[in-house]
Amino acid sequence: MILIVILALPLVASILCWTPKPGRRIASRLTLVTNLAILALAVRATLQVIAKGRVIAIPGWLELDALGALILLLVAAVGVTASLYSLGYMKRTTHDLSILHHYYGNFNLFIFSMLAVPVLVGPSVAWLAVELTTLLSVLLVGFESNRDALEAAWKYAMLTLTGAAIALFGFLLLFWAMHVAGGSTYTWSGLEAVAPHMPPAVVKMAYLTILVGFGTKVGLVPLHTWLPDAHSQAPTPVCALLSGIETSAILYVILRLMPIARASLGDAVDRWALVFGLISVGVAAFLLIQVHDTKRLFAYSTVEHMGIILTAAGLGGHAAAYGAMVQIFSHAFTKSFCFFAAGAVLMALGTREIAAVRGLIRSSPAAGAALLTGSLAIAGAPPFAVFLGEFAILKAGIAGGHYVATGLLAIFLAVAFFGILLHVNRMVFGNPPENLPAPPGMPWSCALALLLAAAPVVIFGLYVPDTLHTLLSRAAGLIGG
Amino acid sequence: MNPTSFLPQLNALAGGLFLLCTFGMVATRQVQGCMRFFIWQSIFLASSAFLLGVHPVVWDLLAVAAINLINKPVLIPWLLRKTVPEEVYTRREIDQALNIPISLLIALGLVIAAYVITAPLLRIPAGPSVGVNLPIGLAALLLGAYTLTVRREAVPQLLGLLAMENGAFFTSIAIAPELHLFVELVVAFDVLIAVFVIGVLTRALQEHIGTTNVGSLAALKEESAP
Repeated sequence: MILIVILALPLVASILCWTPKPGRRIASRLTLVTNLAILALAVRATLQVIAKGRVIAIPGWLELDALGALILLLVAAVGVTASLYSLGYMKRTTHDLSILHHYYGNFNLFIFSMLAVPVLVGPSVAWLAVELTTLLSVLLVGFESNRDALEAAWKYAMLTLTGAAIALFGFLLLFWAMHVAGGSTYTWSGLEAVAPHMPPAVVKMAYLTILVGFGTKVGLVPLHTWLPDAHSQAPTPVCALLSGIETSAILYVILRLMPIARASLGDAVDRWALVFGLISVGVAAFLLIQVHDTKRLFAYSTVEHMGIILTAAGLGGHAAAYGAMVQIFSHAFTKSFCFFAAGAVLMALGTREIAAVRGLIRSSPAAGAALLTGSLAIAGAPPFAVFLGEFAILKAGIAGGHYVATGLLAIFLAVAFFGILLHVNRMVFGNPPENLPAPPGMPWSCALALLLAAAPVVIFGLYVPDTLHTLLSRAAGLIGG
Repeated sequence: MNPTSFLPQLNALAGGLFLLCTFGMVATRQVQGCMRFFIWQSIFLASSAFLLGVHPVVWDLLAVAAINLINKPVLIPWLLRKTVPEEVYTRREIDQALNIPISLLIALGLVIAAYVITAPLLRIPAGPSVGVNLPIGLAALLLGAYTLTVRREAVPQLLGLLAMENGAFFTSIAIAPELHLFVELVVAFDVLIAVFVIGVLTRALQEHIGTTNVGSLAALKEESAP
């Protein structure tokens, strides 16, 4: 029941945003309230999952386990900070305020599609939810309707929908494989039950097409080309959603598939994940060095982090899988915080150009401090949460005897660390340009969103509560660790 | 005459024509011509679903045939005309990335690749239609992706995408006829959302930039920044 309410809330809110009166006027506040309610329900559902192992709304269709709960919780949490941030940010940056209700209507639909991915247990409907995450966010990416935003939206739509069509072929093959093996319920658990009897040739092709197809949407190199465009051109709160949680929500589907494919194909599944993952981390780490745009910097960092998570999943074993879960968790909070900070810089100085920003800590201290904190946190400096995840993964890699992969990963992480801080150091410190007009203050909602988003980044780096540990550990168990 | 003897042959014919239409989409320069080939492709997809579901009767497949027949040849063109400005529609593409003979050669290569890739899968015991629908479906998927890559106009790119989905479903009617009908219905709806969203985006491109030649959009690159 609770799952149905969670899915229904954003849909209702979205419809209300488009009703003439008073829907349009209260659209922004309505979106915030809706997302707060979703977060409260998501926390409740997660606690139920921890207590009972599984929450079932409609058997075989809507169910929630620990792995799903993790994603659901993160979507809801980033949804709250992003809708809070939107309040002040969208008013400041939108030219035509009379079209803002379109933004909020679409925003809620986008949240709906992302909430649907982890609660739908049928692979075919999960595919559909993933396709919807693209379709319902394309217009948000192009919301600013200038040349760059529309170009980014077009590339985003075409590349990720092509990926989705390829993945669809994979999911249909998977259904066939299940049918040949004698299974009849097309759900994740139904697949897992008959996985050892599925014909390997079919599973192999299904797994590879889904890895490539959804890999496009996750931003795995070399299918990542659309990602820095879309993740930099969208309005900042949407960037936070796209980068912070949408990518992980899609990667979640690939992670779900790994134990099923492993039962039929063995270690090859992990090898492919390792290769894809490491290439993504490596290429993104070096591309980070040559960016000129703050938001693109964080977008490439998303490619890097998706690679890290996939690499961790490919290392195998519980410790690495646990590291992957910590990474999904901390990346969602940290990356959304980073984008909020980049948006604060954009609001203060009106530019995303890295070269145009100097001495931020003096000209706009709040934005400067946020950018510095966010960058240190996402680059993996202790004592932030991302550090814990990366450390756990490296440790698991060495313990598992994957010396080459772990060594490469460590090198790439170091390169990315210096890449990010090289840029941010220049932006934050030094002397601000002469005769700079006094930057406008930050809207209160953006400041509050920054604080709220920063809290988990700092807290979970120092202290992991037992409930959270249980959730992450169980989720790790579900991807085969 | 026993229907089990000629139905598979008719299905093979539908498959051949389905593939031919996909080739047409690669080769034609007019936006409207591309549209017409897509409509025919969808009709052959529906025919194949009908032929596989008529004897013995599989209601789900007959429903799939009906859904496809209403959705693609009727609703999608109607929705596109509603959302995309008329002038985009009558456009001719002059600057395709590759010329047509080379395109067709590459397309031929992709079809052969589809047969080679699916060869190991066809060793699995399955109905006679799988041997037709699996490679042809994959071929259409690849050709659709190829169309998407070489076309520069917005609408043909969208049609390439839809051809890819048609390819996936051409395969599915043979290998996954038991797939839940609910899923088929929702996917049909999803395709409509896709057409609507891309249509709205195409209109925005036309209104704000004055072109729907999406192949020429290349402002977003690292090098372009100072």
